[in-house]
Amino acid sequence: MAIATTTSPAHHEEHKDLRVWGLLTFLVSESLMFGGFFATYLFFRGSAEVWPPEGTEVELLVPTINTIILVSSSFVIHFGDAAIKKNNVKGMRFWYILTAIMGAIFLAGQVYEYMTLGYGLTTNVFANCFYIMTGFHGLHVFVGLLLILGVLWRSRRPGHYSATKHTGIEMAEIYWHFVDIIWIILFTLLYILTLF
Amino acid sequence: MTLEIPQNQPPGSESTSVVVTESTHHHQAWKWYHYFTFNVDHKVIGIQYLVTAFVFYLIGGLMAIAMRAELATPDADLLDPNLYNAFMTNHGTIMIFLWIVPSAIGGFGNFLVPLMVGARDMAFPKLNAIAFWLNPPAGLLVLASFFFGGSQSGWTAYPPLSLVTAPIAQSMWILAIVLVGTSSILGSLNFVITILFMKVPSMKWDQIPLFCWAILATSVLALLSTPVLAAGLVLLLFDLNFGTSFFKPDAGGNVVIYQHLFWFYSHPAVYLMILPIFGIMSEVIPVHARKPIFGYKAIAYSSLAICLVGLFVWVHHMFTSGTPGWMRMFFTISTLIVAVPTGVKIFGWVATLWGGKIRFTSAMLFAVGLLSMFVMGGLSGVTMGTAPFDVHVHDTYYVVAHFHYVLFGGSVFGIYAGIYHWFPKMTGRMMNETLGRIHFILTFIGTNLTFLPMHELGLQGMPRRVAMYDAQFTHLNEICTIGAYILGLSVIPFTINVLWSWVAGKKAGDNPWNALTLEWTTSSPPLVENWEVLPVVTHGPYDYGVNDRGSKIQSIAANS
Ligand code: HEM
Ligand SMILES: [Cu+2]
Repeated sequence: MAIATTTSPAHHEEHKDLRVWGLLTFLVSESLMFGGFFATYLFFRGSAEVWPPEGTEVELLVPTINTIILVSSSFVIHFGDAAIKKNNVKGMRFWYILTAIMGAIFLAGQVYEYMTLGYGLTTNVFANCFYIMTGFHGLHVFVGLLLILGVLWRSRRPGHYSATKHTGIEMAEIYWHFVDIIWIILFTLLYILTLF
Repeated sequence: MTLEIPQNQPPGSESTSVVVTESTHHHQAWKWYHYFTFNVDHKVIGIQYLVTAFVFYLIGGLMAIAMRAELATPDADLLDPNLYNAFMTNHGTIMIFLWIVPSAIGGFGNFLVPLMVGARDMAFPKLNAIAFWLNPPAGLLVLASFFFGGSQSGWTAYPPLSLVTAPIAQSMWILAIVLVGTSSILGSLNFVITILFMKVPSMKWDQIPLFCWAILATSVLALLSTPVLAAGLVLLLFDLNFGTSFFKPDAGGNVVIYQHLFWFYSHPAVYLMILPIFGIMSEVIPVHARKPIFGYKAIAYSSLAICLVGLFVWVHHMFTSGTPGWMRMFFTISTLIVAVPTGVKIFGWVATLWGGKIRFTSAMLFAVGLLSMFVMGGLSGVTMGTAPFDVHVHDTYYVVAHFHYVLFGGSVFGIYAGIYHWFPKMTGRMMNETLGRIHFILTFIGTNLTFLPMHELGLQGMPRRVAMYDAQFTHLNEICTIGAYILGLSVIPFTINVLWSWVAGKKAGDNPWNALTLEWTTSSPPLVENWEVLPVVTHGPYDYGVNDRGSKIQSIAANS
């Protein structure tokens, strides 16, 4: 038998910060939405004679450069996280700014690709899938960019982040890795597999 | 200040939960107007969910009564067929997405989970409030869609039908479902984290109330399946409004893909509706039978098993969509397997009732009523899980009968049981038992009268989703309609009971049923942060009779 006693007045013991777990749970869920898109795409691919249909082939150069940029940015952002764990706010800011720039280049590259492809959202089922999948992913990159900018904005305040207090930074990083992983799957499905 | 310490117990005995208070400050309770604002307290949010859902239940119920009135005669003399379809679609949508899911998971889950695991609130209170406030706009969208003809393609929104009837209304419908889906993902995330990380340290894993296990399984299911529905609905929205052709066969699209995406969510959705209800049953039955629940572990794990198997059986809704033979085989078998963990639960409850000191309170009546109805609905479900029979009764009233037995008998009864059981905790007052009994009798008779004849109608071949039917079906349909009117009436004693008891019911005290789970160790209604001092768990949640010190649970309210 146990008895708890206390004399502490209001504000009760705080529970530990569970935001990272919350984000991870959310991302598992989120990835299933992409899963739905991927499954749809594979369904169409499996039942088509020619895939992608003539006239809607993908372009490879820009997306490959884009992929390299996005994948490297996952390392870059990790250096930022490592920096803050050594209490190095300046270093963290440097790496996060770099990540943001790389993310912005990725988005710009995607817009450029859209403008030069020569077909649109409604051309055929392949184009439907292509634009929905890359578009939804682009939206996620954009959100990730906002998170990073948010971190940078807050880091101006002295002492806001430190070696012991950096959950926000970590969450932005995790989200960014998530966006990256989704892109790798997407790139494989939409681009690499069309080579075969 | 009060301090009570339980008297001499043998060392190591499973005994009581003790709450000792030495605090000097006063926790306020919430005022009525706090329930209408953006409040982050899980208890307020739970009640917000319940009341909102009940309002939608009444609206969805009125639609059902209108449909039954129409079906009292073979011709379309009351609603024109388009309007009938709109009522039918939105009745189903409201009942599922705005009544059962939000009340069972959002309502009871929010109110009870933190209290049952000894937490002060959910892990993310603000997110919790946001999740709730996504629901009213969703409901308004559904209702407003009637000004644009109302979505008419059934709650499944199968294309191509959903692409050709009332496009604006259909788009509003999609947005509404995406809103409630988001709400359910955010809520589930919160439940998972709360249950996994925020239980009081003294609570062992096998002391977590079964309701929380059920909510955990439900949440996992919602997290994994809802986003897939969202994907399907996004594609449908694009088809409707932006010229894509995912689901337009004449332009290279494929309607079966939609069915897969839809049922990958909507089959698990039946467990989303029923698992929390199973959880409610597992709380109500042992308390009112005063016996330890039979097979705690079996019931807890069977929730998780249902959650897993539930993710892999969706194709049984598509036996008639040109599904290849081997797939029918596979999904027939996996579907029948779900009956096993479900049977385990039913067996557990019956075994708990067996030889218990049953108190036939209103809560218990509804729980027992649920058992009988659910067995009936489960049996007709098993018959349809086998592909050959399903092909025969597909899209007939047999299906309508089956899912109303499960949804009405298996869910609404459970929600009522839960309300009678936890109303004292939520409001601090008891409900009136006589009115409760009248409510139960009307509901029980009404449900059977409405839905039992539908099995026969279906076997005879009456198609569902039609406003007109062949005159040979008239007689049975009349019976169904009378039943529906009785069901309509049954809500009246309930509503009066809730409103009256809330204001003037008998004061409940902290633990009117002498229950052992933690929510009963705080005051009724609970304090703003649930407890002055977190309770310490020293025994399982259902140890009735093991030692009767159960009834001596002590809890000292702050301002006593
Ligand atoms: C007053 C009690 C109720 C009555 C009289 C009633 C009646 C009906 C009727 C006549 C239909 C149309 C069947 C058809 O044309 O195919 C229907 C469909 C449906 N009902 Fe109910 N119902 C009631 C309660 C409920 C409840 C409590 C739920 C769920 C929680 C529910 C869920 C559904 C669903 C999902 C459909 C299918 C809609 C569709 O096919 O798109 N109903 N109901
Ligand atoms: Cu199913």
